[in-house]
Amino acid sequence: MSSVTLTDIVKRFEAFTAVHKTSLDIPDGAFVTLLGPSGCGKTTTLRMVAGLLDPTEGEILIKGRKVNDVPIHKRNLGLVFQNYALFPHKTIAENVAFGLKYRGVAKEDARKRVQEALDLVQLPGVGDRYPKQLSGGQQQRIALARAIVIEPDVLLLDEPLSALDANLREDMRVELKRIQERIGVTTIFVTHDQSEALAMSDQIVVMSNGRVEQVGPPEQVYNTPASEFVANFLGASNILPARHVGSDGDAVLLDADTFGRVAVPAAKAPNLASEGPAKLVIRAEKLQLAPSGTPVNGELAIDATVETVDYQGQAVRYFVRAGHTQLQAINMIDERPFSEGAQVSLRLRPRDCAALPAS
Amino acid sequence: MGWGLIRLWTLLVYLFMFLPVAVVVLLSFNASQFGSFPMTGFSVRWFVELAQNEAILRAFRTSIVLGLLTAAISTTLGVLASLALVRYRVPGSNLISTLLIAPILVPEVVLAVALLLFLNFLSINKSFVLLLFGHVIFTLPFVVLVVQARLVSIRRDIEEAALSLGASPVQTFFEITLPLMLPAVLAGGLFAFTISFDDITGTLFWKPGGVETVPTQIFAMLRNSISPEINALGTVMIVLTVGLPLLGAAIARQLARKSGG
Repeated sequence: MSSVTLTDIVKRFEAFTAVHKTSLDIPDGAFVTLLGPSGCGKTTTLRMVAGLLDPTEGEILIKGRKVNDVPIHKRNLGLVFQNYALFPHKTIAENVAFGLKYRGVAKEDARKRVQEALDLVQLPGVGDRYPKQLSGGQQQRIALARAIVIEPDVLLLDEPLSALDANLREDMRVELKRIQERIGVTTIFVTHDQSEALAMSDQIVVMSNGRVEQVGPPEQVYNTPASEFVANFLGASNILPARHVGSDGDAVLLDADTFGRVAVPAAKAPNLASEGPAKLVIRAEKLQLAPSGTPVNGELAIDATVETVDYQGQAVRYFVRAGHTQLQAINMIDERPFSEGAQVSLRLRPRDCAALPAS
Repeated sequence: MGWGLIRLWTLLVYLFMFLPVAVVVLLSFNASQFGSFPMTGFSVRWFVELAQNEAILRAFRTSIVLGLLTAAISTTLGVLASLALVRYRVPGSNLISTLLIAPILVPEVVLAVALLLFLNFLSINKSFVLLLFGHVIFTLPFVVLVVQARLVSIRRDIEEAALSLGASPVQTFFEITLPLMLPAVLAGGLFAFTISFDDITGTLFWKPGGVETVPTQIFAMLRNSISPEINALGTVMIVLTVGLPLLGAAIARQLARKSGG
């Protein structure tokens, strides 16, 4: 059963259309991420589900009930904001108990549920403190406890990790996913951070300019991008002009400039219909640099020159030139990275490539 | 040498500002029946006479009732206006904002005469209600300024969080917004009270016959003679108008500390 259904949702702000006809179906208990750059319409979509914005057109259903005309305080949602939004004049326990007050929960029962929620976010002893006495990460845990203690139909998370330090953010990411799985609440998560989206989601909805670009599980969205935007937004990709020249069993044959003929698995070229112009997508980490003259073993190999070396610790990003084409490659460092100007052999397995129609 | 001069100069400036006030306070305890130096002894007899002067007591009651009503109405209107201007998209909100602040910028005499002429034009007689109305007009800007500044600093998402948890907009206002802006609301109310309590220009124009506030009463008494009672009354006024805001500020700070705001 689906928990949240959006049907042909449109949101216009005067002349500006923030969200174009968008439909989305979010299954019960799923963790769905709306991913995209700022201004792509992801937060607007979330705020429409929350009831903080009214859609200009379309229908929103939560648990099968049409909620277009239901005000936010009657939707039974848990909402977590980027800046925690705890009530500064109330203690932590009062903050967490706030939603229970409006649900007629008896005092004794409420105290027990607050305690359980604080245990769940691993901050059992802070009930008597005020929000400003806690760190940012702790405040966000409290905000989460406050949102889930009311047993919401849907949990809405609006960039909840963006205000935290980098290290803390990764810890919280694991923590958040653990809690979500534990209570099994349907969750809509909004972020511009692709690694958060890839790590946490059951389904990723990639958005751009108010439109949905692709919906799918993380692996699918990452490995088989449905558009050039998705290929560029998630990870680093080389996108080369190519020609679709036919097929060979389960493979689609593409002729690309530098690489010659590449046999891309048909499953990774789902939108390629007819022969003609197309695009070859090569993930930067699938392009391996080898010393010139290393024996080839089933891969494509082309000669190239290293132009720029961007050292990143455990990995290194190279910009290499092969003929007229500049390519990007991200490799793990084995011993030490190649240096600028080095002559190398680029290796690529055709099955790691994907293909897109030439827009 | 240079610093010594600056210190001396500063001292003189402060003396110039506060000596007259100090003289009034000092003379209010003078035993002599002439409200001037030399002092002939310490006495509180003028305060006692003040407390027995029916006209002054009546003026005091009028001033306090007027001040409290002005504060209550101005604060209520000011909070509502600030909410509308800060939280909602009101057409022409810039213009409305300017108009609300305008009474501070217009000279009080002009404002006083204008309102009087307007009432004349409408053939409405002067009354206590209209006096109150006038006081509200020129205390409202102070409330709006103070409350708006505070409201801007209260994050909208805190209110949205309360709404999402099931509180209705009205419940959200009383549970979240009002407590968070309470220091500003109290400060605005205090401003309104002290300004109303102190006011003489507008009051002289607007008060109906037979109604006196403390400042107009003092003004009337001064026309006859300088009685030591006026010094005593001055002392009481100073204590009230200096002491109340100080007390209010202390309470506001206490509230702010507790709420972590």
